[in-house]
Amino acid sequence: MSEPLMQEPSVDLDLAQAHGLTPEEFEKVRAILGRTPTFTELGIFSVMWSEHCSYKSSRIHLKRFPTTGPQVLQGPGENAGAIDIGGGLAAIFKMESHNHPSYVEPYQGAATGVGGILRDIFTMGARPIASLNSLRFGSPEHPRTKYLVGGVVGGIAGYGNCIGIPTVGGEVMFHPGYNGNILVNVMNLGIAHAGRIFRGQARGPGNTVFYVGSRTGRDGIHGASLLASASFEADSEAKRPTVQVGDPFAEKLLLEACLELMKTDSIIGIQDMGAAGLTSSSVEMAGRGGTGIDLDLDRVPVREERMTPYEMMLSESQERMLVVVRRGTEEKVREIFRKWDLEGVAVGEVTSTGHLSVKFRGKRVADIPVKPIAEGAPILKRPMERPVREDSDSRLDLSRIKDVANPGKALKGLLASLNLCSREWIYRQYDHMVRSNTIVRPGSDAAVIRIKGSQHALALTTDCNSRYCYLDPRAGARIAVAEASRNLACSGAVAQALTDCLNFGNPERPEVMWQFSECVDGIAEACQSLEIPVIGGNVSFYNETEGKGIYPTPTIGMVGIIEDARSAMQCHFAREGDLVVLVGTLGEELGGSEYLSQVHQLEAGAVPQLDLAREEAVQYACIDAITESLVASAHDCSEGGIAVALAESCFHPQGGLGAEVKLPAGKRLDALLFGESQSRILLSLQKANLPKLEKICQERDAPFTVLGTVGGNRLKISVGQDAEINATVAELRKPWSEAFPTWMV
Amino acid sequence: MRWAVITFPGSCDNHDVFDSLKSDLGQQVKFLWHKEELKGNFDCIVLPGGFSYGDYLRCGAMAKFSPIMETVSRFASDGGPVVGICNGFQILAEAGLLPGALIRNRTLHYLCQDVYLRTESNASPFTRKIPHGKVLKMPIGHGEGCYYADAKTLSRLEVEGRIAFRYCDSKGNLDEESNPNGSLKSIAGVLNERGNVLGLMPHPDRCAEAILGNEDGRALFESVISR
Repeated sequence: MSEPLMQEPSVDLDLAQAHGLTPEEFEKVRAILGRTPTFTELGIFSVMWSEHCSYKSSRIHLKRFPTTGPQVLQGPGENAGAIDIGGGLAAIFKMESHNHPSYVEPYQGAATGVGGILRDIFTMGARPIASLNSLRFGSPEHPRTKYLVGGVVGGIAGYGNCIGIPTVGGEVMFHPGYNGNILVNVMNLGIAHAGRIFRGQARGPGNTVFYVGSRTGRDGIHGASLLASASFEADSEAKRPTVQVGDPFAEKLLLEACLELMKTDSIIGIQDMGAAGLTSSSVEMAGRGGTGIDLDLDRVPVREERMTPYEMMLSESQERMLVVVRRGTEEKVREIFRKWDLEGVAVGEVTSTGHLSVKFRGKRVADIPVKPIAEGAPILKRPMERPVREDSDSRLDLSRIKDVANPGKALKGLLASLNLCSREWIYRQYDHMVRSNTIVRPGSDAAVIRIKGSQHALALTTDCNSRYCYLDPRAGARIAVAEASRNLACSGAVAQALTDCLNFGNPERPEVMWQFSECVDGIAEACQSLEIPVIGGNVSFYNETEGKGIYPTPTIGMVGIIEDARSAMQCHFAREGDLVVLVGTLGEELGGSEYLSQVHQLEAGAVPQLDLAREEAVQYACIDAITESLVASAHDCSEGGIAVALAESCFHPQGGLGAEVKLPAGKRLDALLFGESQSRILLSLQKANLPKLEKICQERDAPFTVLGTVGGNRLKISVGQDAEINATVAELRKPWSEAFPTWMV
Repeated sequence: MRWAVITFPGSCDNHDVFDSLKSDLGQQVKFLWHKEELKGNFDCIVLPGGFSYGDYLRCGAMAKFSPIMETVSRFASDGGPVVGICNGFQILAEAGLLPGALIRNRTLHYLCQDVYLRTESNASPFTRKIPHGKVLKMPIGHGEGCYYADAKTLSRLEVEGRIAFRYCDSKGNLDEESNPNGSLKSIAGVLNERGNVLGLMPHPDRCAEAILGNEDGRALFESVISR
């Protein structure tokens, strides 16, 4: 071992702690190496053992997810998960967070979030064909919110549009709990040949390690450890230098070059240089391959002068990949990357030493056994404690809340709120049609894309109601899974698998760890019952600023298959005279509702009950009815209850149709109209198809009620004998469609 | 017919065009890499949409220097039909094969949505089968689609019947509300003097198949095919 470079500081406990390592972790590093680490080695350990890269707080919990099924080709642990979608094809998908960077620098933070998730997909051999995003912002009144919304939407659009991958769906919610920590969760799905899935592994000593893509700069150093693995303080904007800058054009070239290379037989393994860049890609690839890697940093293409080994190993410059290629095929690799005007440089070799050995200017600057750093990361069993406020918040005395006096006005208010209004202002900025696969565009319950060369289509959605998760994390997480699956059912798709993005506060707080553990259990329960495996995902802790954490937000990204692409369903009433049918029961649960929050400023009560057997019955009744071509629209009842769902059904992008429905009188009008009971789907269908629907519902054991008829230009909702809501579609649509652009001005 | 679809670094809709022509219209189609010579015989050249060279400079400003553009120019001056869609239109304008320029949308936002177009001229291989005044629905997806030219050019285009398409409402009426990007004279597509080069911002390649819910784009390709 040679001496560290002159300019490198000497390593001691203080420096280790400044790198985010605890004294125990520093001791473990010394024990693994049998000496004090070099400065470069300290950097490597600190990022590999950061919360972001090592999952040290979450790992023991994540084991509880069901991850298998006959359709699963790749479960958690790789760059992304993969499922078999028939016809020899695989769908590869994953969701990831880019929360901290997006708060610090919204445009670049969101853009590089998109870039990162895309690389996770095409590194597996898939051509990315659809992106989604799940966004959470602070209160609309907060001075920073508009700036963040504009920047994040602009960044997602700028990157996704330029690289030519459609952004087809997603969700966005506003809540003061995200004032200091927004969430930017991005999901992508790609299609690969099931037999040609590439993995991030370095096998076969003597094979060559290639560095491909953009050059390495000083951007993003310690993005994973210092930005993503610590809470914010008041000076969060000062962390801007840790955010990377995206270049979608470079990524487009990298994507095409990698896909071209994948058609050859050169590749042994390939991995994105994402969080912790060259370090994590080389350590993880050698770890999975059971090998070692020798790297020569003098050959790494750099775009800045005098870069140190520490900086090169930790840089998170974007649009780079590490590829292990079969020895003897190097020239072919160089040729492809030359064609695309990209760097493609041999920087090392796979070895049998089991060590990551890094040379710089002829000297060895790091020599670390791979296994202990890749697998020996600390696993923490952090303390958990149920917060006391759970008891009071879950109680709701409805007798002290006045029932709604003017339901029509309340409905208009809800439709004009930023949480329920039209998202067109956002998705109009996303190219959601490029590649000509989008069959159901943004605005319905799920986006649907057809698969070229196949009869099938895929439905995609993201979902999470974090208010429910705050009030009851386990129930809230169960509902997130059920609702995602229900959204897919409304498009006619059977859910196949999910990816998750678990966004939480500081895991060092017992309350946060309890929320986390409960949410994991809730997801696992729903997944088991609905038979939907978790095939990958991401954990984002430390979404906390000055001691204030976000609401627990376990975002679910789910993918389903529609057997016949032509039957894909949308959510708007489409034909005069159709019947409006509710599958499921009316329910009158007001707890945790958007209505209570907006009208009474109350976030309290028991979250809606969820009977998973009933949920499955309702979903399959809907899927059957769509498959048999019985219905013209299907729409899930969720935030805002049945009244909002009916209004949304009237807002067909071409024209729009009214409806007249009658609901039986209940105990309370507000709970009936705006309560958010689960397992409910609104269908519209021709009268002649009703007997067939009846039969399906009987077979599936799903309750259903005919509520009324589609037609005219008014939405009229009567309860018992009284017309409670009676407004023209235009008059309901105006506030709904204008709210977002008006607020953004 | 034999079609060439040019792929610049950053082309995104080359597959959309390729698939529309091949699968939906049964044509012979070949991708041509921008560094290649225009080899072989082709009956029509398509410059697809996308973000050539990232479009970090003006859209199309880099692509006009691609080696293949010289042969595209030659093909056009020999009377061969050339169509530029979206970024392809921007490239043709930058290369001087079409008049005018495409500047930032009036709203300053990228816009992805359906628009209506009124067919204004059928004196081109791309519109000869489309009745004059026919309204077509097509998607757009661009941030820089606002057509601009000086007054003299505009009046020449008008007089010479070289405005191919204008943005309109579903009934064919011209109004500012139906003009998504602020294009002068609601211009969505223009022709060169000879009428064999067309540039348009909307995407016929994204609406040529029943499963996409709109087949209006076929009319443009079928016009060329039926020659």
